[in-house]
Amino acid sequence: MASTTPLLSVRDLVIKFNLRGQVLTAIRGASLDLYEGETLAIVGESGSGKSVFTKSFLGMLDQNGWVDSGSIMFEGKDIAGYKSQDEWRRIRGKKISMVFQDPMTALNPLRTIGKQIEEVLELHQGLSGKHATLAAIDILSKVGIPDAQTRHKQYPHEFSGGMRQRVVIAIAMACKPKILICDEPTTALDVTIQAQILDLIRALQSDFGFTTIYITHDLGVVANVADRVAVMYAGQIIEQGTVEELFYDPRHPYSWALLSSLPQLGIKHEALYAIKGTPPNLFNPVQGDAFAPRNPNALNIDFLLEPPDFSVSPTHTVRSWLLDGRAPRLEPPPAIKALKAKYERSEQ
Amino acid sequence: MSDALLTVDKLRVEFGSSAKKRFTAVKDVSFEIMKGETFGLVGESGSGKTTIGRSIVRINELSSGRILWKGKQISGTISKELDREVVQKIQMIFQDPMASLNERAKVDYIVSEGLYNIGGFANEAERKAKVEKALLEVGLLPEFASRFPHEFSGGQRQRIGIARALIMEPELLVADEPISALDVSIRAQVLNLLSELQKKNGLTYLFIAHDLSVVRFITDRIAVINKGDIVELAETEELFEHPLHPYTKALLSAIPVPDPRQEKRKKIRIYDPACHDYSKEGPSWQEAAPGHYVLGNAAELARYREEIAGAHAAP
Repeated sequence: MASTTPLLSVRDLVIKFNLRGQVLTAIRGASLDLYEGETLAIVGESGSGKSVFTKSFLGMLDQNGWVDSGSIMFEGKDIAGYKSQDEWRRIRGKKISMVFQDPMTALNPLRTIGKQIEEVLELHQGLSGKHATLAAIDILSKVGIPDAQTRHKQYPHEFSGGMRQRVVIAIAMACKPKILICDEPTTALDVTIQAQILDLIRALQSDFGFTTIYITHDLGVVANVADRVAVMYAGQIIEQGTVEELFYDPRHPYSWALLSSLPQLGIKHEALYAIKGTPPNLFNPVQGDAFAPRNPNALNIDFLLEPPDFSVSPTHTVRSWLLDGRAPRLEPPPAIKALKAKYERSEQ
Repeated sequence: MSDALLTVDKLRVEFGSSAKKRFTAVKDVSFEIMKGETFGLVGESGSGKTTIGRSIVRINELSSGRILWKGKQISGTISKELDREVVQKIQMIFQDPMASLNERAKVDYIVSEGLYNIGGFANEAERKAKVEKALLEVGLLPEFASRFPHEFSGGQRQRIGIARALIMEPELLVADEPISALDVSIRAQVLNLLSELQKKNGLTYLFIAHDLSVVRFITDRIAVINKGDIVELAETEELFEHPLHPYTKALLSAIPVPDPRQEKRKKIRIYDPACHDYSKEGPSWQEAAPGHYVLGNAAELARYREEIAGAHAAP
């Protein structure tokens, strides 16, 4: 599925925020390639920077935040340097758009949903009046809203949560973007509705051929949708690879910890693996590996020097000193081994 | 059954004042919670699971039915002594630790508020000692008593919420989605804490949640609730291995599993209430196999029994 030249290429991105006179480094040198047609999942805890990272592709950082260094190459241009809203408007909602987490707050309660879709079409495609209305109805039926003719005249409160999320997807889809960023698209929904929305996004992706980035902390959703996965911790991508590499052969101790703390992989009546402590305070500079203080097997060098990216395979990179040839060999925790063993059994 | 700690008998909760506006949130639901077990109540939003929890702690009034605590009725009008006992012995842990703590009170007060209400201490020194013990039990430092909630992370705040319940020395803890607002790594910490406390203090839990994967890990028995009806009740592994009711099957098929191979092969079932033919005979609450209850009519039950027998014959 992956082609050789990336659609979007991020290099050494650093994003800072000014909070009451203090500078917080939210993204500390993250690099990522996104290939056409794929589904990439970005996984991380709250505060890991996954939302800030992707918002920077749309120029949607808060007023007090800025790209300090690094580049975001998209269609031959470095969009990280964009300053004016005019420049961003050519990208945002048109070529890259976003589906937000909570459909209860992402829609304007005072406008009909038809109008909210038409707004995007008017701005980016110059449609107006009847043409815009017809296009909006067409998009609504594509996202699976029955009876779009009458529904487009209704207000958000007349829709259920799942239907509202379909409307949010319709707005994001309206201009046939190249990249669709879904920020926790199903966290606010029930499991049965969640499954339907994930299926819808997958179906739209194969119909329209866009590339999807999922931001989520739910590893079950990741397993369901992703081709590739990037794990973020304290503003860096600490491991990335294909979904199978990440689940069946993870190498970073944080990825281990994240997977083995899942109740689904735990053994009943035994304690779950729990990560001690909290993520680092990003107001202060981080020395060495940001995960070291929470890593029970941290090496001395973890506290001194930041690890580089090590390649495990052409598609799998890990930012941890454990991958260095001189580091002691560590066995992954039991939950990871069990998952791997199950995979190997199904291979045979 | 004699050793039931809590019995919910044909519980019905209705909202709305006039007959026209009436909405039945919980429809004649019955179940028992045994001493020392973890009982899971699972359903989607709007299913009535939280309403049941709130009825048990006497926040919501019942329209009909009754709730028994160790055989004594605790719903409706009850004596002052019994009310005090129930307030002390049944405690609740809430979903969102960001919203359930008083921002303007110190941890010391938050944790001991219940004690103030029932006069659960003889002097200031005893109260302080109790707060200290509760904080230590949930893995927090006693010094934290003098701090305010905003100084804590989500996981720590949930621990404060648990300490506030523990200080009352409860026997039953009603935990309403206690980990769904927490981060993945913090969830494991809180789940471990809950099962540790259960072993140490012999607690009984009513665990209300929508996330079946968490419920499978922590509970002994599960009741699945849909639109105010409990549709199925069984021991946890039995329910996961041999779900009978179509709604349970749909719910189980929808849980995302952290295993890409399995996840990409899976088929999702959609529950259609029209699949039941209740025109001739309505559904009733029946035991399909020992300890495995399901809501269905005679025809469905016959089919369910066959299904279970078939599943047990061919492992």
